[in-house]
Amino acid sequence: MQSSCPLNALNYLNESWRDMERLELSQELGRDILAMARSQGASQGDVVMVESDSFFVTVRMGEVEKISQAQEKRLGLRLFFGSSSASASTSDISKKSIARLVEDTTRMARATAQDPNSGLPAPEKLAREIPELDLLDADARSIPVEEKIQMALAAEKTALAYDPRITNSEGGEFSNQFGRVIYISSHGFSGEYEGSTFGHSVAPVAAQNGSMQRDYWYSSNRKFSKLESPKKVGEKAAQRVLRRLGARKVKTCEVPIVFDPEIAASLLRNLSSAISGYSLYKGASFLLDKLGTQVASEFVTVIDDGTIPAGLGSRPFDAEGLPTNKKIIVEKGRLQSYLLDTYSGRKLGMESTGNASRSVGEPPGVAPSNFYLTPGTQSADEIIGSVKQGFYVTELIGFGVNMVTGDYSRGASGLWIEDGELSYPVEEVTIAGNLKEMFQNIEMVGADLEMRGKIASPTIKISQMTVAGN
Amino acid sequence: MAEENLPGESFFNRNFGIGSSDLERILNTALGKKADYADLYFEYRRNEGISLEEGLVKNCSQSTANGVGVRVLAETKTGYAYTDDITIENLELAARTAQYIAQNQQSQLPISVGHSASEAHDLYPIKVPVNDVSLDQKVALLYEIDKFARGLDARVKNVFVSLASEYKVILVAASQGLVVGDIQPLTRLNVTCIAEENGDRQVGSFGGGGRVEFGFFIDTKDYERYAREAVRQAILNLSAQDAPAGTMDVVLGPGWPGILLHEAIGHGLEGDFNRKQTSAFSGRIGQRVASELCTVVDDGTIPSRRGSINVDDEGTPTHRTVLIEKGILKGYLQDRLNASLMKMPLTGNGRRESYAHIPMPRMTNTFMLAGQSEPEDILRSVKKGLYAVSFGGGQVDITNGKFVFSASEAYLIEDGKVTKPVKGATLIGNGPDVLTRVSMVGSDLKLDEGVGTCGKDGQSVPVGVGLPTIKIDGLTVGGTRA
Repeated sequence: MQSSCPLNALNYLNESWRDMERLELSQELGRDILAMARSQGASQGDVVMVESDSFFVTVRMGEVEKISQAQEKRLGLRLFFGSSSASASTSDISKKSIARLVEDTTRMARATAQDPNSGLPAPEKLAREIPELDLLDADARSIPVEEKIQMALAAEKTALAYDPRITNSEGGEFSNQFGRVIYISSHGFSGEYEGSTFGHSVAPVAAQNGSMQRDYWYSSNRKFSKLESPKKVGEKAAQRVLRRLGARKVKTCEVPIVFDPEIAASLLRNLSSAISGYSLYKGASFLLDKLGTQVASEFVTVIDDGTIPAGLGSRPFDAEGLPTNKKIIVEKGRLQSYLLDTYSGRKLGMESTGNASRSVGEPPGVAPSNFYLTPGTQSADEIIGSVKQGFYVTELIGFGVNMVTGDYSRGASGLWIEDGELSYPVEEVTIAGNLKEMFQNIEMVGADLEMRGKIASPTIKISQMTVAGN
Repeated sequence: MAEENLPGESFFNRNFGIGSSDLERILNTALGKKADYADLYFEYRRNEGISLEEGLVKNCSQSTANGVGVRVLAETKTGYAYTDDITIENLELAARTAQYIAQNQQSQLPISVGHSASEAHDLYPIKVPVNDVSLDQKVALLYEIDKFARGLDARVKNVFVSLASEYKVILVAASQGLVVGDIQPLTRLNVTCIAEENGDRQVGSFGGGGRVEFGFFIDTKDYERYAREAVRQAILNLSAQDAPAGTMDVVLGPGWPGILLHEAIGHGLEGDFNRKQTSAFSGRIGQRVASELCTVVDDGTIPSRRGSINVDDEGTPTHRTVLIEKGILKGYLQDRLNASLMKMPLTGNGRRESYAHIPMPRMTNTFMLAGQSEPEDILRSVKKGLYAVSFGGGQVDITNGKFVFSASEAYLIEDGKVTKPVKGATLIGNGPDVLTRVSMVGSDLKLDEGVGTCGKDGQSVPVGVGLPTIKIDGLTVGGTRA
């Protein structure tokens, strides 16, 4: 192996990299590829191209720790031969590689089954215009690296200076990405958009009586200037880690649970996956056949909106060239819409909801856009104040969610509520229930909705779950 | 690996259009005047996925990626740049970008070129990678599994089968003259089914694989076992009751439950967290962290395993590292940066997801050595508890040591007998203390089937785990029946 292996490796690498003639990603290139595929017998097809420019810096204990910078390009092709199809992608954007991509995709498509529901969306459904959603912060391209480093350093410095018990840090990070997405389909769609995202975060470590805790806070936005200040991020991270010090287990019990907004958003993630067309037609969802029925309490109204200007989950068209939109998913507890693309829609006898999403080189799947629980009227304090004995959950770990049955059991930490007030920190316990009942048992929804990510929720209270501890 | 063994120079020149002088110049640019170390990581990767659902192979997909990452180390700092467009110009640009990190360096503290304790290996000599097996053969296998699984029980309503294969070639060139390459094939076959009875639906899932050829699945019809297990689990869960909640004795079955070790102690022993003193295990080498019955190793050198690699992604040969010996904490898992800063030996655990990622200390195959007890005796010793034999995923908070893992097949133990199946419960515990409560270790060490993927800081790498049957005195079971 010692000598032969590098030799083989080099031969292999050489073969793939010999063609040095690079092509630029463009709508025209996409149309050329589809024309090439059609000449080889493909009946339909589409091309996704993604180009990105990304940067991150991590700092730790006041020093720069890692800096990374990169450009990436990927091109994905999906071809249909009648009703069978296949997908492929490459990062090698050269004539030779693209010819091979078409050949491979053709070969694979011929090996797959005929599926009458497959195919592109009907031409008349395609987006006719591409709305301007303000997804790009072009000016931020010129922000010097030093300024980005300062952002990360300042947040960490704030956190470390906040309290003497904060003695260490997992570090602070600043990252940004500028991306361009191009989509071409043989039904005549040809469009592209650009976008940017910026984020920074810090993860301080606090120690007390020989035991340590870590927590973090972050901010992310499509506009650099809209990020929370490093001071705010650092302070919030410090407060979050300090309140965990001295955490203990509690006795096993059944109590009301209050989810902070970050954790409540994870329940919306579970909801979005249960109403994905793919989970539904496969019979792999606890919300099977529940459209039009009461799946949550009357306090629950959930919106999916792909058109919010500068929204982290906004897009001018979806991954099949269909227009994005704003729709009610759950209205006062009643399930009003699934999340569908063309294929899963056809399987269920429905229209796409404009939620097609895909990674380059994969067939489409379904994803929420900006997906949120509409705010109620009470403050987080009022919600906590309504609980005599209960658990305010600020972190969940593990994967104990069964999407087929809704069974739910996850590791949790947070603060115990006694007589309406946060008292002591709790860790090493689980909370368990079933998502079907948990959504029905949401009895309070806070007013504190903030779109900090593409999926967001205000504080919520669930009337009862099992806490397992001592 | 000695430089004179390698055909590196002429090969770069002839094949890449990048001569050894270019390579040297790029590494020199990356090093600059102040950096300690630089390396280039070239990668070519081809992934193929074939999947079956509703009785049809509907999807085949393939992705090809290649790229190069340039890394510069200067004391505790790492500069990194990568590109998927490999030209000399882009490599030089990447080198200058990565060099940025060293610009404000005050002192020069040359990085020690750590030595690895291991020789080079050839752990997966594969003639025909699964990627190169004809599509027709692979598609036929998926149909065969579907038919077989559906024939096992009329309550099976849907079957999902997927075959994923990867063919990855890497080459590491470092500033101290090291040039190492490896070819890393990897494949995995999964069967999932949904069973339905009286409106109740349950899911079961099973799979396996490794750095193996296609014959691994078909020579002895192992795929039938995968299908039988997936169906058995789904059917079993149809009659399962809600899991108990509270602290009780827990018996873990052999094999995949070794995920306990991965979460509870493995991550906490990775060098980066320990150098930064943010792990619950920081500074505890030489201390007791487990009962005397426990010896735990991380071994990247087991032939054909999913978690094995000939060399890590920094070119270091993999190694068998003893983490815990008879209960005493012995060692950490290291990459180059952390080994150097902690003045510890390299262990061959510097891994990365791809050229787009910076290496960090990661596990390979992590398992506990076999003990003396008979598995039946272990079960018989429990008056009231939980017997967990299969798990979904797990997670750990490195800093406070709390870990969870979720059971996908578990039973109650009553008066020494395995009785009713219970639905997925999450187990939660504290890493530095859970192994101190291991009171029996079975003689039946088993490694997992080869399906594990570990995520850390947004990077996924294939890993393995293993465990004999063990008994833990008192672990919190997170069910709903209080």
